[in-house]
Amino acid sequence: MSASSTSAVMSVPRKSSVAEFGMWVFLVSEMLFFSVLFFGYLVTRLHHPLGFATASRHTDVVIGSVNTAVLLTSSLMMALAGRSAAAGARRSATRLLAATAVFGMIFLALKGLEYAHDAQHQLVPWRDFSLAFEPDAAGARLFFWLYFIMTGAHAVHLLIGISLVLFVMVGVARVRHAIHVELIEVTGLYWHLVDIVWIFLYPLLYLVSRS
Amino acid sequence: MSAAVSSMSYLGAGYSLRSWFTTRDHKRIAILYAVSITVFFFMGGTAASLIRLELLSPHGTLVTAETYNKLFTAHGVIMVWFFLIPSIPATLGNFLVPLMIGAHDLAFPRLNLLSWYLYIFGALFTLAALIAGGVDTGWTFYAPFSTMFSTSYVVATVTGVFIVGFSSILTGLNFIVTVHRLRTPGLGFFQLPLFVWAIYATSLILVLATPVLAMTLVLVAAERLFGIGIFDPALGGDPLLFQHLFWFYSHPAVYIMILPAMGVVSEVVTCFARKPVFGYHMMAYAIVAIASIGFLVWGHHMFVSGQSMYAGMTFSLLSYLVAIPSAIKVFNWTATLYKGSISFAAPMLYALGFILLFMLGGLTGLFLASLALDVHLTDTYFVIAHFHYIMVGGSVMAYFAGIHFWWPKITGRMYSERWAQFAAVVIFVGFNVTFFPQYILGIEGMPRRYHDYPSEFQVLHVFSSAGAAILALGYLLPFVYLAWSLRFGSPAGPNPWNARGLEWQTASPPPQENFPTKPDIPARPYDYAPEPAAAPS
Repeated sequence: MSASSTSAVMSVPRKSSVAEFGMWVFLVSEMLFFSVLFFGYLVTRLHHPLGFATASRHTDVVIGSVNTAVLLTSSLMMALAGRSAAAGARRSATRLLAATAVFGMIFLALKGLEYAHDAQHQLVPWRDFSLAFEPDAAGARLFFWLYFIMTGAHAVHLLIGISLVLFVMVGVARVRHAIHVELIEVTGLYWHLVDIVWIFLYPLLYLVSRS
Repeated sequence: MSAAVSSMSYLGAGYSLRSWFTTRDHKRIAILYAVSITVFFFMGGTAASLIRLELLSPHGTLVTAETYNKLFTAHGVIMVWFFLIPSIPATLGNFLVPLMIGAHDLAFPRLNLLSWYLYIFGALFTLAALIAGGVDTGWTFYAPFSTMFSTSYVVATVTGVFIVGFSSILTGLNFIVTVHRLRTPGLGFFQLPLFVWAIYATSLILVLATPVLAMTLVLVAAERLFGIGIFDPALGGDPLLFQHLFWFYSHPAVYIMILPAMGVVSEVVTCFARKPVFGYHMMAYAIVAIASIGFLVWGHHMFVSGQSMYAGMTFSLLSYLVAIPSAIKVFNWTATLYKGSISFAAPMLYALGFILLFMLGGLTGLFLASLALDVHLTDTYFVIAHFHYIMVGGSVMAYFAGIHFWWPKITGRMYSERWAQFAAVVIFVGFNVTFFPQYILGIEGMPRRYHDYPSEFQVLHVFSSAGAAILALGYLLPFVYLAWSLRFGSPAGPNPWNARGLEWQTASPPPQENFPTKPDIPARPYDYAPEPAAAPS
């Protein structure tokens, strides 16, 4: 795989390291893990379009949208951190990793706030479910259970991601050690998966019937 | 330690418990798994023995109906998740894959150890649930019984299985990366032993299918704890959603259980027929085809569930399709034997037994794949006989074939060939006496999971239980003579079977780093010429 003299401007694709390959395989398993929830959502929505539409309108689209922006920004920070690490820019990498973690924590904080609001507005499908008397209340209940389980699973993965980022950041900050570029790349891959899962969750949960 | 185990071997690299429980050596981890799954094999076997004892008489005598339900559930849960799924991949796969590709270890040795700890943690969790009172839903956990009506320890059990699932996923991940990236230079995919191909394909299934089970079990727990209603029609859900999700994993799971066994058989048959495998490329493609098509047939477990007729027809057709690569493998093993120089050491006896019993079990799968026949046969003893022929007559026999074949390599000792051949025959006879009558019972209408049955079925049940006693004896024998060989068996050289494969080019047992000198890569796999295998004493 040498850089051929006849090739134009494209850089030679780098063969991924063993660790990166391993992380890609793990990400595929994570996608299958979430696919069950997406499939359950699909089937349930096909059976309860009205309930899903009604319920989705009661999600907090402001927090949801802000959180989407927050997570996308965190991914940008993570990607830049990877570039800094590869370039050997230790301070920049450390700061960008810190920013990534901070944005992740902002997401979780907003999510917690949102859950509190949901509970307050009796959107947890237990007793006194506020949508219990809507047409297709069953669909609305199922929507909100899926909402809590899917965003909950996502939040758990985000927490794992934040821990990883902090762990890696501490490693990068240690001046006497070489920057573990591969580890940062691998963490970045995981972080981007968590982001992508949210990209799908957001429209499916918040934007079902907001026209 | 004895002369056979030099201080340079992986067995001699530390004798403390700590050196074993903090090892990163794939060979030691393989042994950790081997001991663990053996314990569970005996537990699952005890449950089976109690089942067969109960079924000696037509009406409930030994146990109550609820206890019987807990027994067959325990048998299924333990045997599937704590014995069969880890068996060949985590023991023989862990030990041999790095050796077969000329590597020092797997791609992620610490992850490998984590896999074992997850297995133990999940297993203990499930064991606790079983001891606390067990679970009575069947290993299939069908909603709504598991989610709404069972009063047993469902959540604890599914939690244990969930944890063990991650052990599987990480093991599969490790093998995939290892096979792709750690092959010694010059060893291409189409020069690999079929055992490596089999483990690789199995690993793909482990990584893709197991997460689906994990999340499905989360939904079962959520349904049970919070009544979310996703599987409950009264709340707008669908019990069939559970079945689709469960079987989407559990059908590929049976290919996790058979593919490694097929890999073992290819290694053993070629060695003891002194011939290269017939149709190496087709054998490799067949392995991949089984793994792929295996993801498309899950609905054949649901023919009478109320799914649409068109779904039934599609799954039936695809199930016939998946039989084709399996049949190709049986034809190719047979063609490998043809004009070979065949000898009947214990591993070969087990491998030959596999070919016959897998073929019988597979053929009966075709009956079940036929929609009309399945209406009559589903949920009867015919199904039980079918899958036991494949999982026990197939997978377990292949596991024993592999244990015996690679025993000299793993332990540095030869076992007693006489006792091993005797045990193989006892197991073969015991197995058939146990499970053949069950085909007949099924056709005659004996339902599965019933402990109370019409007395006209008793004769066949007695035969089956008698067979189980023989089978149990057969399974006990290897533990005696293999254990005996550890202390008194004659030391094995690097290649007592005169086999091909890189694992035979290093000492028995291997040194910790596997290959002190770089092994010679053969031009093609199974480079056998017609001369006799070295006769073991």
